[in-house]
Parts: sequence; C-alpha cells; structure tokens
Amino acid sequence: MQCPKCHAPMHTYNRNGVQIEQCSGCRGIFLDYGELEALTRLESQWQQPGPPPPGVPQAYPAPPAPAWGAPHGGGHGGGHYGGHHGGHHRHKSFGHMLFSS
Amino acid sequence: MTPTPLLTDLTARVKAKAHSRTTPCPCATPGSPAPRTTLADRPDATVVRHADTVAKAHAPGTPLTDLTLRLATATHLPGILLSPLTPIPVDLHGRQVTFWPYGTPVDPDAPDAAPWEAAGTLLAHLHRTPTSTLPSLFRPTLSPATTTPPPTTTPPPTTSPSPALPPMRGPAKAAQAIARLTASATAADHPAAQPVLHAWRTLPAWARAEAPMPDTSTLCHGDLHLGQLVRHPAPDGPWLLIDVDDLGTGVPAWDLARPAAWYACGLLHPDEWTRFLTAYRAAAGPAVPADGDPWPALDVPARALTVQTAARAITKATAENRDLDEIEMSMIDACARMSSLPPELAPDFPK
Repeated sequence: MQCPKCHAPMHTYNRNGVQIEQCSGCRGIFLDYGELEALTRLESQWQQPGPPPPGVPQAYPAPPAPAWGAPHGGGHGGGHYGGHHGGHHRHKSFGHMLFSS
Repeated sequence: MTPTPLLTDLTARVKAKAHSRTTPCPCATPGSPAPRTTLADRPDATVVRHADTVAKAHAPGTPLTDLTLRLATATHLPGILLSPLTPIPVDLHGRQVTFWPYGTPVDPDAPDAAPWEAAGTLLAHLHRTPTSTLPSLFRPTLSPATTTPPPTTTPPPTTSPSPALPPMRGPAKAAQAIARLTASATAADHPAAQPVLHAWRTLPAWARAEAPMPDTSTLCHGDLHLGQLVRHPAPDGPWLLIDVDDLGTGVPAWDLARPAAWYACGLLHPDEWTRFLTAYRAAAGPAVPADGDPWPALDVPARALTVQTAARAITKATAENRDLDEIEMSMIDACARMSSLPPELAPDFPK
C-alpha cells in the first residue's frame, strides 16, 4: 500500500490489537473504518481510574481531623502532613515520642 | 553508676528464673553469652532481661490485688496480651515483681516499620472481649495455689462483691502528668504551661480522673504506644500487646487517642493513621463508629493525650534545662488551639 499523500510505502503495525498503517516517508497514519474508535476506547480504558474531579486537591483526601489539629499548609482538610515530619524523614524527637508513655 | 539494690537483685532474680525455664541457658556456654540487659530503669519501672526471660519491678505502691487481676486478664487473653510466666507478683525491696517471656519489640530506630495494622486489630480484639463472660477473671485466688483449677460450683455468697478489674488508668496518668507539671515551679512558670493547663481545664471531669468514665464495661489497655507491642515467640511470632499496668475497664477510644493525637498535631502521617484506624474498624472495634467521622468519639481522649504529652514535654525540658523542640511545640500549639474550641460531645452510636 502506498501513502495517499506522499506515495511512499506504508508499513503495518499492531497497536494494542489494532492494525494501523504508517507511511515510511511522512510518518502519516492511515486508519481503517472503526480503528479510530477502537483506539479511543483503549485509551479511555488506560486512563481509568480517571483523574480526580475538579476541586479535589489530591487523589486520596486526608482522613478527618479535629478543628484543634495542626493547620497544614493551605488550611484544614487538605492533608499536608507528608513533608518533613512523615515518611522517611521522621523527626528524631517524634521517633522517641512514638515509644513513650 | 552503681546499680541500685533493686536493679542488682532484680538481675539475679531474672537470671534464676531464666535458668529454671531453659537448660542449659546460653550464658553457660563460653563465647555465647545470653543477652543480659537492663531494658528500663525508671522511677516507675525497672525491667531487666536474661536470655528469654524478663522481670519487671512495677511502680512503688502498685496494689497487689489490682496487679494480680491484670495479670489474670493477660493470662486469659493469650492471643491479644503477652501471658506472664507466674500468676502472682513477688515482693522485692517493697516492689511488686512479675516475670514474662521475652518478645521482640518494634525497632525504635525503624518506626516506619511499625505494625499499625496489628496494633489496630489487637486493640479491637481487646475492646471486644466480653468481660462479663470471664467470671474467673474477676475471682482470682490471691494465694500461691492458683495452679489448682477454680471451683466450678457457684461461689458461696459473700457480703462484699468479688474484686473486679479496676478502671483503665489512662485518665489517671494524664492527671499525674499535670500534677507533676504544677509541682515543679520551674515547669509551671514555663510560658508553654499556661495553654496546656488551660486546655486541661476544658476537659470533662472523667478525662481528668475526677469522675468515673462514661464506659465502665469495655476492656482497655490504657497506655498504647509503639513500645507496647512485641512479637512472641521472638523473633518473628505474632504481635501481642504488653504492659498491663494501666489495663482495665473504661472508654476504649482512649487506646486510639495517642495515635489520633499524633495525627491531629501533624506528626503522624495520614497513611499510618489510616492503616491503624482501618485495621481497628475492620476488626469491628467498638471505640468509633464503623464508618464516617471518628472524631466525635476520639476528640476528648485525643485532647487529653495531647495535653498529657505536652505537660510531660515541659516537665522534661525544664528538668533538662533545654528549650522545647519543634515536635514538642506542635503539641503545645495544639493545646493553645483547643482553648477556643470546646470538646465535642461523645456520640451515641450502636456498639
């Protein structure tokens, strides 16, 4: 098959089970009937679970905390604990507190 | 430093106890000494280890009846609490001494490896223990002859009730921390003491050990932190809770409140708090509702433990003549914020 635009030979590739023809010259892609829909469907499957809806600052909202709790960065409820206190950079004093009455 | 007579004699006792359990003890083999260590030597507790045996001298003034009931409780809950080696404490220099098998603790240098799930699950199981269905638990024989089975017949009527497991000592420990803060003039004059004492005064009477707790039927640990978990048999057996000194009936949310306070103060990562709380809920722990916001139930105990931790930090820092560090200040700051926010009313939810 020859490219309808530049007439260079086209090569067949398989992308996630969908056959596509790509031009060896201009790199243009030729899709048969239904192949664009098949790729779109595959793409939507790849994206699940989708990105967080607008307004949610992070994928995993912080668990509830009391009003007297520490204000974390941008305000209450945002879950900004991570930082220097958590994870692998735990403060030595807090490490001691974890084991104390 | 010269060891105290208590430490010297406790070390001798634990060695004798270890040798009565394991023969030959590794310490008899030249070149491979048994681990012999002082695990703690504080005014309120001295703990020593010899090979696979641990001896603990409890706080001065520990009532024999209370401690014996707490030991009996541990013996009755072998999958939840580490079982003591002997059912009755022995007297040593006026202190109650108990013997325990050695269990592997959480590595203090690797708190990130802390078993949050196990902690939540064990607490849920402890809180779900139906205290009323363990009658022998409340009628221990306070003589050395406890190896004989308890009588199966109905006990004879008595004019006084059988001794019951005493209340969980969480609120009493918080009150003790406040008493120590105010007893030291230097600590009480510290600028950080004011918000701490003010936050303390806003707590309900039961949380200050000035009134009975609203729950008197749930079995609680009373002093949960990461030092209260060991693997037994060492080194990789299942996790168990240790330290029965504060064990008793009370408000189970108290046992969740120290991690809750750390989380609220921005110290404990949300993921760790979530792991702990999720495991507790998955095991049907009764301290918080099965889903939704747990804070109405956690609020008062978490405030109390924040106040307790802050009070101890001030007492300790002034005794060491140093400033409060960043972590300690985060507890003080939380106390200051509490003053303007009255405690939440505990919810009434089905258990």
